Amino acid sequence: MIELEQVGYSYGGGELLSDVSIRLTAGSFHFLTGPSGSGKTTFLKLCYGALQPTSGQVRAFETDMRALDRDQMALMRRRIGVVHQDCRFLDHLPLADNVALPLTVSGRDMAQESSNLSELMNWVGLSERADALPPELSGGERQRAALARAVIMSPDVVLADEPTGNVDWEMSQRLLQLLVELNKMGKTVLIASHDLALIRAAKSQVQARVLRISNRRLQLAGADL
Amino acid sequence: MLVRFSMLFSRDAQADRVVPPSGFTAQLTLFASGAMAFLAVFALALSLASGRLADRWADELARSATLRISAPSDQMAAQTQAALTVLGQTPGIARARALTSDEQAALLAPWFGADLPLDSLPVPQLIEIVEDETGFDATGLRLRLSAEVPGAVLDDHTRWRRPLVKAAESLRRLGWISIALIGGAMAAMITLAANAALSANRQVIEVLRLVGAKDGYIAQAFVRRFTFRAFIGAAVGTALGLGGVLLLPEASDEGGFLTGLGFQGLGWLWPLVVPVLGASVAFVATGTAARRTLKGLS
Repeated sequence: MIELEQVGYSYGGGELLSDVSIRLTAGSFHFLTGPSGSGKTTFLKLCYGALQPTSGQVRAFETDMRALDRDQMALMRRRIGVVHQDCRFLDHLPLADNVALPLTVSGRDMAQESSNLSELMNWVGLSERADALPPELSGGERQRAALARAVIMSPDVVLADEPTGNVDWEMSQRLLQLLVELNKMGKTVLIASHDLALIRAAKSQVQARVLRISNRRLQLAGADL
Repeated sequence: MLVRFSMLFSRDAQADRVVPPSGFTAQLTLFASGAMAFLAVFALALSLASGRLADRWADELARSATLRISAPSDQMAAQTQAALTVLGQTPGIARARALTSDEQAALLAPWFGADLPLDSLPVPQLIEIVEDETGFDATGLRLRLSAEVPGAVLDDHTRWRRPLVKAAESLRRLGWISIALIGGAMAAMITLAANAALSANRQVIEVLRLVGAKDGYIAQAFVRRFTFRAFIGAAVGTALGLGGVLLLPEASDEGGFLTGLGFQGLGWLWPLVVPVLGASVAFVATGTAARRTLKGLS
């Protein structure tokens, strides 16, 4: 699905990631952990082409991302759902329109997709909040809506950047449950999180590999996790 | 380009909503395109009026000439008759006619008054010459006249026709240059407004890119908005400009060139092009600005 081969990334003269190699196979579940500022978000951005590596190669669906033109990159992103840490909604649009945004920009017939949309809103428990504007939502609601938007195109891969960063334990368990359900549907899931308790809780529900970024390098986490 | 332009009309209400409304740039675009269209209508009126004038002067003056006979009074009638005979035999002259005393008095009246005693003054006899389609050989005619009518001087109007026609053509050119400058200024203002809108919506654009929107989709959302705004603004400006032209005094001989500013006949259709041109300028300017901004985003 997504493969990083000896990837390095430098910014402003400093090296953030070095010699990172990993393969996210179909249907796998990964956690990515590491201290704040260690490069977790950078790693995710490399995975969905928001950043290009300064060395090495990133391949998505067997294609070198550098070889993609801008339109091809847009098409590729429709196959990778991303849950951003800050959710990144369009504040002037109601929640349902935000969730449906990937469908809108890909030119899908919204009349035909309306049942899928309401099913998805129901799945994340936001049916009653469809008309609310993003600034009116709680942290948990925002994260669930971001997850719904990430999966509405039925992507092959779901990348989540600190999806439980701004929610309480109960809500983080709910979000984790949704991501595990997605994985059971065959989606490849990668969650970047520094919440070790969440990772431990997940390991009882799903077979997950835990990766850690330490000193700019990617390592398999030890048995302590 | 035509395909992209035609896509503007396949209005996608959902796509239009992804870009938040922006009051300031909307007003700036409406005002700029309205003001520029208003000015363009006047520049167009000036250009078309100058063109008509240049054509009329060139046409009317090119087809006429004057023969002036200065001779002692006892030879005047004979020389006039001889000149008319020569003119009648000259190829390219449709007709030649000696002006009557009353007509000559009328010509001199603006300078000497209506009660001019023409009979007591040594006023030259004027002969009006009208050319046919082929025109006559002025040099050959002068040579023959110098031999047969020694008091005759041929004036084919070339000397003072040329600068007049040149002046009118310069005015026409100036009108078109003004229209081009107005178009350029409008493009610059709409580009500024589009850039402001694109900068203000940078985060929106980033989100759209992240969820898989192609550059064309994002650019079109802005292009469609600015093109319609420019069209509406230019349509209002054109309507006001046409109202202004309608209020100008109608063409009259007394008023000369200044009262001839305006549109005539099918010329009234020309201003209808202004809103379309305004929309086209906005289409190109916004598309260029959007593509430039999008290139800077991942």
